[in-house]
Amino acid sequence: MSTNVDAIVIGGGIHGCSTTLHLCLAGLKPVLIEKDYAGRHASGVNAGGVRQLARHIPEIPLSIRSMDIWEKITDLVDDDCSFESYGQVLVAENEEELALCRARVAELNALGFTHEELIDAAELRRLVPAVAETCPGGVVSRRDGAANPAQTTTAFRRKAEQLGATVREGVAAGSIRHRDGLWHVDAGSESFAAPVLVNAAGAWAGRIAAHLGEPVPVETVAPMLMITSRVPHFIDPVVILRGRKLSFKQFKNGTVLIGGGHLATPYQDRNETVLDWKSLATSAQTVFELFPVMRSANIVRAWAGIEAKMKDDIPVFGPSSRHKGLYHQFGFSLHGFQLGPGAGAVMAELIVNGGTQTRIGELGIDRFHPSTL
Amino acid sequence: MSVAPKRENYDVVVIGAGPAGLAAAATSAKAGLSTLLLDENIGPGGQVFRAIASTPVTERNQLGADYWVGADLVQSLRASNAEVIHRATVWSLDRNLDIAVSIGGASAFVKAKRVILATGALERPFPIPGWTLPGVMTAGAAQTMLKSSALVPDGRTVIAGQGPLLWLLAAQILRLGGRIDRILDTTQRGNYFAALPHAFAFLTSPYFAKGLSMMREVRAKVQVVSGVTELAASGDGQLASVSYVAGGKRETIAADLLLLHQGVVPNVNLAMSAGIEHRWDDLQLCWSPVLDASGNSSVAGIAIAGDGAGIGGASAAVVRGRIAARAAVEALAPASAAKLPAMATLRSDLAKAERGRLFLDTLFRPAPQFRIPSGDTIVCRCEEVTAKDVLDSVAIGATGPNQLKAYRRTGMGPCQGRLCGLTVTELMAGARGKTPQEIGYYRLRAPVKPITLAELAAVPKSEADVKAVVRG
Repeated sequence: MSTNVDAIVIGGGIHGCSTTLHLCLAGLKPVLIEKDYAGRHASGVNAGGVRQLARHIPEIPLSIRSMDIWEKITDLVDDDCSFESYGQVLVAENEEELALCRARVAELNALGFTHEELIDAAELRRLVPAVAETCPGGVVSRRDGAANPAQTTTAFRRKAEQLGATVREGVAAGSIRHRDGLWHVDAGSESFAAPVLVNAAGAWAGRIAAHLGEPVPVETVAPMLMITSRVPHFIDPVVILRGRKLSFKQFKNGTVLIGGGHLATPYQDRNETVLDWKSLATSAQTVFELFPVMRSANIVRAWAGIEAKMKDDIPVFGPSSRHKGLYHQFGFSLHGFQLGPGAGAVMAELIVNGGTQTRIGELGIDRFHPSTL
Repeated sequence: MSVAPKRENYDVVVIGAGPAGLAAAATSAKAGLSTLLLDENIGPGGQVFRAIASTPVTERNQLGADYWVGADLVQSLRASNAEVIHRATVWSLDRNLDIAVSIGGASAFVKAKRVILATGALERPFPIPGWTLPGVMTAGAAQTMLKSSALVPDGRTVIAGQGPLLWLLAAQILRLGGRIDRILDTTQRGNYFAALPHAFAFLTSPYFAKGLSMMREVRAKVQVVSGVTELAASGDGQLASVSYVAGGKRETIAADLLLLHQGVVPNVNLAMSAGIEHRWDDLQLCWSPVLDASGNSSVAGIAIAGDGAGIGGASAAVVRGRIAARAAVEALAPASAAKLPAMATLRSDLAKAERGRLFLDTLFRPAPQFRIPSGDTIVCRCEEVTAKDVLDSVAIGATGPNQLKAYRRTGMGPCQGRLCGLTVTELMAGARGKTPQEIGYYRLRAPVKPITLAELAAVPKSEADVKAVVRG
C-alpha cells in the first residue's frame, strides 16, 4: 500500500529541503526522501558562499530572488543559519584581469543588473586590507556574504518537518514509476504516491533523470575545501580571485576557509572522496602569496563534497520535458548553495501555480530535450 | 638519520615505531623489501617504549623489565636495511596508498605497495566534572614526562581510574621518588564477577604475576580507595581538590595534581581517514578496525598491527607487527617468506600473548558514569561543548556525530575528535536509544595532524620540480 502525499521530493540537500519547506508553506503535504541524511553531501559541506557575484547570466534572476530570502532567513527557518553579509569581492591581480572585470560589469549593467560594482585599488584595500599591494581593483557584490551550510540545510529540513513534511532519512528512493497519473517511489519498507515528483538528488539526480528518459550531460565532481586553525581577525568579505582558483573566507571564530574549485576524486557509490593534496598545495601557495598573515596558520582539515556539474555549468531547473508532474532541480555545478532558498520558493510556485515571475527559462531541461508535453 | 624519504616508492611503509611498527619494519626489511618506517617521536619506542634509546632513567628496575624489551626490538630494526625517519608526522593516507608526511617543516609524498599502520593507542577520554582544569592530566602524559625526562610529581598528587597502566605508572612514580597521596580505584565492583569466568586464562598469563606484584608494591606505600564513584575535580581556574564517593560517603581531598586514566583505545584517526571500515567493540567500548587474521583491513594493501588493531598490549603488538609484515612479504616477495617464522608459529605466539586479555578487558571495562557525562561536564574541549549541549542538539534533530558538527562544532577543533569522539558516540547513542554502531563516528579527514599553510604551500608540485630543486 502506498501512502498518498501531495509531492515526493528526492534528495535532502539544500534544494530538496528548501522545496519541501516551500511546498509546506503553500499548504501541501510533501515527503522528503534522503538516502543518507540531510546535508550529508555538497549542501552540508560546501564553502557556504552566499554569492550573486560572478554568476552565469541565466541564473542571476534566481540568485537575486534567493538573496531576498537570505536576508530574512531567520523569519523563514527560525535559525540565523550563521548568515552574515559583508559582501563578496572578486580580486583582479593585474590590469588585464581588471579590464575583464570592467567589461563584465558593463555587460551586467546593460542587462539591467546592478549588484556587481567595479572597484579601484583604494576601495579594494578598504574592503580587504590584507590583500597584496599589487592588486589594482576588482568587483564587489555588497549584499553577498556567507552562511554555515550544514546548519542551513539542517534548519530547512527541521522547519519543513515542523510544518508537516514527512522526512525519511537513511533510505534511498527506489523503484520510481509513474502509474495512473501518480508517481510512486519506495523508501525502505514504505511506498509513497503523489502527483508531483521533484528530482533534487544532487550527484545522483542525473541517474534519476536518465532512468526517466531524460539523460543530460552531467558529471559527478567533488570540489575540495580546507580550513585553518583560528587566526586573528583580518578580513570580513568573502574573497575570490579573477584569474586563479581561490576563494577565501574568515569566520567569526577566526578560522579561515580556503576553497576555489580544485577537485578531489569522487567515489560516489561509496560516499567517499580521495583528496588531491598537490592541488590543495596550489591553493596554499596562492594564499601564501596574497595573505602573508596566513603563512603560519595550521591547516586543520580538508574535505570534498560530492555534487553534480553540468557540461554548460548551469543547473537543470524546472518541469520535465517528458513527464507531467515531474520537476528537476539539480546540476548546480559548484554554485548551488546560495540558490537553494530561492529555488525552493520558485519550484513551489511552479508546482502550485504552474508558473513563476522569476526568469528561469534558460535553466530548463528542454535545452537538452525539446518538450514533448 | 635521513631527513626526507630517499625514494618516492616503497614496497612497505610502516607508520609508527612502537612495538608493532618496530617489529613489522624489521621483518619486512630483513626479507629484502624496501621498507620505510615513519614515526612521529624523536626516537623509537612509541608510547610503551618511549625514549627507549635515550631515557635518562638508567636503573633498569625503575621502569621495569618489560620496558627494556623495547631495546631488543630497536637493535633488530637497526640491524636491518629499513629506512627510519623520526619526527615524521604522517598527515594523510588514502586508499591509493598515497602517503603525505611532514618532516622538519616540509611535506613529502611517498607511495607504498603495502602500508602497515602501527599507530597504537590513545588514552580513553575521562570526562568527569572539572577534567579540563589545569592541574588535571592524563596518566599517559605523566608517564611521557617520566620516561623522557625522569620528571615525577612532587605536589599533592591523586591518581584516579583503573587499568594496568594506572598501576604501572604509580609504581614507576614511586620508584623514582615521586609523590602520590591517594589512588582512587574506579573499577566497578560488578566487573570482578563478570571477569571471573576468564580468570583461569589470566592466572596463567604473564600479566598476572607482574600485575599482582606491582599492585602490592603500590599498596604498601599509598592509600588506595576502591569502589570510587561520582569523581569530580574542582578549583578556581586551577585544580584545588578532588571529591568522590566511596563506601556511601563523600570525601574531598586537597590536590595539586590529578592524574586520570581508564584504559586505552585504538588510535583510529589515520585508518578511518583512509576509509578503513571500523566496528564498535562492545567489550573494549571503542572503535576497532575490521581485519582479517593477517591484519589486512577493508582497504586493499593497508594492514593494521598493534593496539591500533584493537587493544592487545605490547607483546601482542610485536607479534601482530610480524604477522602483518609476513603477509606483506608473502604478497610482494613470496620466495623470501620462507626465511621468516611460519605464519602458524606467529599465530600461536599471538594467542599466547593475548592470553588474559579478555579478563583484563572485562575487569577494566569503565563504568558508564565515567564514560557518559551529564549536565555541565565538558565533552568537547576544543569547542567547550557540554553534555547538556549535546543532548539539547539531539532534542532538536542532531542524529549522529557528523550532524552534531553543524550544531556544535564538536570534533572540528584541533584534536579532530580524539578527546571527545567516543564520548559523543555513546552519549548520542544513549539519548537516541541506539547502539554506538548505529550512531557511528565522526568522518575523519586529513590532515589527521595539523600542518601549517606554509608547509603545504612548500609541497613540490611534481617530480620535475623536485629534481629542479635538487639540482639547484
